[in-house]
Amino acid sequence: MDIIRGIFKKSFVPGLISLILLVLLATLPVYGSAYNVILLTAILMYVIITVSWVIFSGPTGYISLAPAAFFGVGIYTMAILGKTLPLLSVVVIAGLITFILAFLVGALTLRLRGIYFAIFTFGLVVLIQQLLLFWEINITGTRGRFVVLIDNTTIYYVMLGIFVVLMLTTYFIRRSKYGLALQSIGENEEAAAHMGVNVTLVKVITFAISAIFMGAAGAIMATRWTYIDPYVAFSPLYSFLPVLMAIFGGMGQLYGPVLGAAIFAYLEEILITKFPYYYMLTFGIILVVVILYLPNGLVGLVQKWRKGGKAEQHANT
Amino acid sequence: MQILEGTDVTKYFGGLAAVSHVDFHVDQGEVIGLIGPNGAGKTTLFNLISAALLLKSGVIKFKGEKISGLKPHQICRMGVARTFQEVKIFSNMPVLENVLLGSLFGTSTGMSSADAAREATELLEFVELSAAKATPAKDLTLANQKRLEVARALATKPELLLLDELMAGLNPTEVVQAMELVTRIRDKGITIFMIEHVMKAIMSVCDRIMVLHHGEKIAEGTPQEIVTSKTVVEVYLGE
Repeated sequence: MDIIRGIFKKSFVPGLISLILLVLLATLPVYGSAYNVILLTAILMYVIITVSWVIFSGPTGYISLAPAAFFGVGIYTMAILGKTLPLLSVVVIAGLITFILAFLVGALTLRLRGIYFAIFTFGLVVLIQQLLLFWEINITGTRGRFVVLIDNTTIYYVMLGIFVVLMLTTYFIRRSKYGLALQSIGENEEAAAHMGVNVTLVKVITFAISAIFMGAAGAIMATRWTYIDPYVAFSPLYSFLPVLMAIFGGMGQLYGPVLGAAIFAYLEEILITKFPYYYMLTFGIILVVVILYLPNGLVGLVQKWRKGGKAEQHANT
Repeated sequence: MQILEGTDVTKYFGGLAAVSHVDFHVDQGEVIGLIGPNGAGKTTLFNLISAALLLKSGVIKFKGEKISGLKPHQICRMGVARTFQEVKIFSNMPVLENVLLGSLFGTSTGMSSADAAREATELLEFVELSAAKATPAKDLTLANQKRLEVARALATKPELLLLDELMAGLNPTEVVQAMELVTRIRDKGITIFMIEHVMKAIMSVCDRIMVLHHGEKIAEGTPQEIVTSKTVVEVYLGE
């Protein structure tokens, strides 16, 4: 009973905050402007890619640069199937296809470590991009594709739905024994294997699960962009941004990557619209400062401030 | 009864025979020591048993079942646990979670998280690390990190425990404590196969000793037989 009460107490405040945030987000189209809905769709997209990247790469330390590949596969799934199948089923299919792709890629490459894994996963992005370009130009005779049109509110709600499912998945993985296994793989893979963890299976499955959300987000985002080609869909930026956003937010806590991606994406939007000439400069300076002074990201800052506050209290009493 | 049995166990590193045509067995309930000069192939033999390395030829059987060819996690779940020569703990995880991982994943049947947590707490008491439960493993002293490795291995409920130089790098007091720990593990009914350089320890704790040299088994017998064996003395001291 005490344990249950303890858990309840511990997760009550964060739970309440998440619930309020969720209600605010869900009702946004009612009170927010069209611009805000579109902006939040973009922010949610970045949050989804970043958080799903952290599911696998955070605890294991395997730096995957494949997000752009999974995201792009999602985009093309929508471009090809969007006109014939209902919206939600295409989003689900995109998730399934990326799951299978990531499973195969993971089974092939997760024996590589460190920089080799990063390079291989990045190679995957370029490989799919170029293959697709070759196919489109030589076989279908086009370069890009038009994507089915969907209204902005629907896109927003689908994105929000993916976000909620992702957060629940992340929460349960972190709390389960598989969260512990992932962490042990990051700490010492050999020891983990000798303690009974099926390291290959845990790695491949988690890698594949994390890809589902990138694919689904890509599928729904494609309807927002309306016209896509291989260079847009498989832009390497979508591989590097999640890494940057996760470092910016800090990976120690569940809310770190969420915060990092949200602030990062918002900052980018503000800078690009308000200061188009100084955008890159300002952005670069902020990044350098964060990495120099906040090695644990925004989460580190929050924790430092909390601890500092407590220490002061002790000193006074 | 033989709990572990190896026939014609061979492993090459390039052209070098690290372990060559070694036959060995471990009886249930005994403490058996494995000694030999540096580079004799002792750790390689352990790596072959626990499947960290693949056999070139030969067969290893555990309780009559062939285990060579299985994956490390499968061998662990069958009941063979090990520690490492250079400690391989999960440095940034708390001490308790290090042990918890073993009980959650290493047992053959699996257990509920509440049982696993109780088990892990008890094992920390057994190795006298209860006070350090919440400390990150990297902050422990070397002696305590080695104890943690033992607790983590025990959490997988092994029938056979492979200890790779448990006492290397420990001071005399810590060696005595480690010897006492080995005895207590044996009293739990767990068979122990240990590599050791500290002769005092191996002579007093082991029932039987096996000697490797250049990857070959050159002697085997009770501690008394080994100290008086001419071949063994030659290998260690020269002719």
